Amino acid sequence: MSYLTKAMLLVGVLGLAACNNPDRFGAGAGGAGGAGAGGIDSQGLGGANDPRSVAYFQQTLGDRVFFAVDQNTLSDEARQTLTGQAQWLQTNSDYALIVEGHADEQGTRQYNLALGARRASAAQNFLVSQGVAASRIRTVSYGKERPVEVCSTEDCYSRNRRAVTVLSLGAGS
Amino acid sequence: MTYQRPFGLLLAIGLIFGGLYGAPAVAQNGPLRIEITEGVIEPLPFAVPNFVAENGAAGEYAANIARVIASDLAGTGLFREIPASAHIGRVDSFDAPIAYADWKAINTQALVTGAVSASGDRIVVKFRLFDIFSGQQMGEGLQFAGTTQSWRRMAHKVADAVYSRITGEGGYFDTRVVFVSESGPKNERAKRLAVMDYDGANVQFLTDSRSIVLAPRFSPTGDRILYTSYQSGFPKIYLMDVASVQARALSDQPGTMTFAPRFAPNGRTVLFSLEQGGNSDLYSVDTSGGGLTRLTNAPSIETAPDYSPDGSQIVFESDRSGTQQIYVMGAGGGEPRRISNGPGRYSTPVWSPRGDLIAFTKQHQGRFHIGVMRVDGSEERLLTASFLDEGPTWSPNGRVIMFTRETSGAAGQSSLYSVDITGRNLKPVGSNGAASDPSWSPLLP
Repeated sequence: MSYLTKAMLLVGVLGLAACNNPDRFGAGAGGAGGAGAGGIDSQGLGGANDPRSVAYFQQTLGDRVFFAVDQNTLSDEARQTLTGQAQWLQTNSDYALIVEGHADEQGTRQYNLALGARRASAAQNFLVSQGVAASRIRTVSYGKERPVEVCSTEDCYSRNRRAVTVLSLGAGS
Repeated sequence: MTYQRPFGLLLAIGLIFGGLYGAPAVAQNGPLRIEITEGVIEPLPFAVPNFVAENGAAGEYAANIARVIASDLAGTGLFREIPASAHIGRVDSFDAPIAYADWKAINTQALVTGAVSASGDRIVVKFRLFDIFSGQQMGEGLQFAGTTQSWRRMAHKVADAVYSRITGEGGYFDTRVVFVSESGPKNERAKRLAVMDYDGANVQFLTDSRSIVLAPRFSPTGDRILYTSYQSGFPKIYLMDVASVQARALSDQPGTMTFAPRFAPNGRTVLFSLEQGGNSDLYSVDTSGGGLTRLTNAPSIETAPDYSPDGSQIVFESDRSGTQQIYVMGAGGGEPRRISNGPGRYSTPVWSPRGDLIAFTKQHQGRFHIGVMRVDGSEERLLTASFLDEGPTWSPNGRVIMFTRETSGAAGQSSLYSVDITGRNLKPVGSNGAASDPSWSPLLP
């Protein structure tokens, strides 16, 4: 398989993962790359033990940070996770990223959109402070529209108040 | 004319027969009056016998139209239908004299009679309203003509006329509601823009489920809709023409999120939130996309704006004090004044079409409420309580509020509810499945 073909497959799989895969936040067992749609071979992405793989970024480093109720302050743990992400992104400079901000369901829709944007921005600013080029990062808020956990208790809410770093190829320079 | 207090804990709507229209003859028992006092009311008994089918083709509409009228009136909670099984009098001809004694014997106070004729795809609906106790017709008879497909709208127009003659207020039955139709599991909810009659009939989808859509708003004339969509991958506001179902993005500023759009009463200015670098502020823009104007400039979240009916003021929510609270400022911006002052968080303010009240969402001690307060923040009253109530929208006469209620847990679902401003008559609104974010149209022309 030529390099170009592989690259196109990668883009294809990532595209699927970004658009269609309900487990794109890592909630399911499949993990990254296991888009499972259309029988596309996802071997090329490597496993969570391959430090250059997206799976490694998502599972080993951790692709998300969590927030306290109604807050967008980064905890020490969140800073540690984002520092790891920033280091990886400097090595793997082909990736662009979208930081998604999310809120739990305890709040009105529009406020939660604005709150999700605050969270995404907090993570973005930290990544930039750690040397990731601002031009590689976009943010998007989903407010309370895309919880990963569906129960209505603090257990679930604490995992829904998050900022998730989603990678895509083609960062360009 | 009926006296009506602007609003208060003790709300009095006078429901009066006789003297309003036609000869001011004194009714036998004096003017009939219903007082709504802190949620207690005796609904006014009315009868709507099947309309007279004036030809064979009108047969299927004659009964259905009477049912829709009865459902509209009874649905307000202000009226109680006397069922056909109790009727003594018969209305076999639209122009025959009314047998007042027969209707009085079963305590009917308002009688609606009507007739339908159909020809091809056209129908003509006419009606008359009678005050049984004063023994006279109330106002003139009216006639509506239209296509057979619009028979429900004609029924709603009859009910609006009846409601208006009896209460002295505008009706709200010939209206539509734009909303978000929901399906799928909670962590992957599919959302489509949809529109329906105010009573849940005639649901039509305006978008497919490929992109998340949020919080639509009708234009002041009901012909356009503003909403937020993730169509581009990022939340942006769009303007849709209802007739053609064509939409275009408004004010596309790269690297920003735009949301919470509302029309100004002039129908040409759009108020919305724009987020940049994590901070949301209020802006306005022309529907042409030009004239972008920043209205607030604060590090806090400013969102969910709405205009006063005269367009001179803006009510919105901000967390500049630390939690979400409601503020009012001039339409051009300037120093806002906070009007919410109870415990808890206040959000999603919407200004009553009458101008006297602001409806809002309140979050307090783990519960959500829909409430109303005066424009200066006084006389706050909570109308509902549940796990999650949010996003009120006003009926065009300022009498009823529709909102989203969501149940808790993994199987939690959203649905639409309505309640009147006294807190009475709380009920689900049919929407053919799960639904959220209603916005009520004006009365249709």
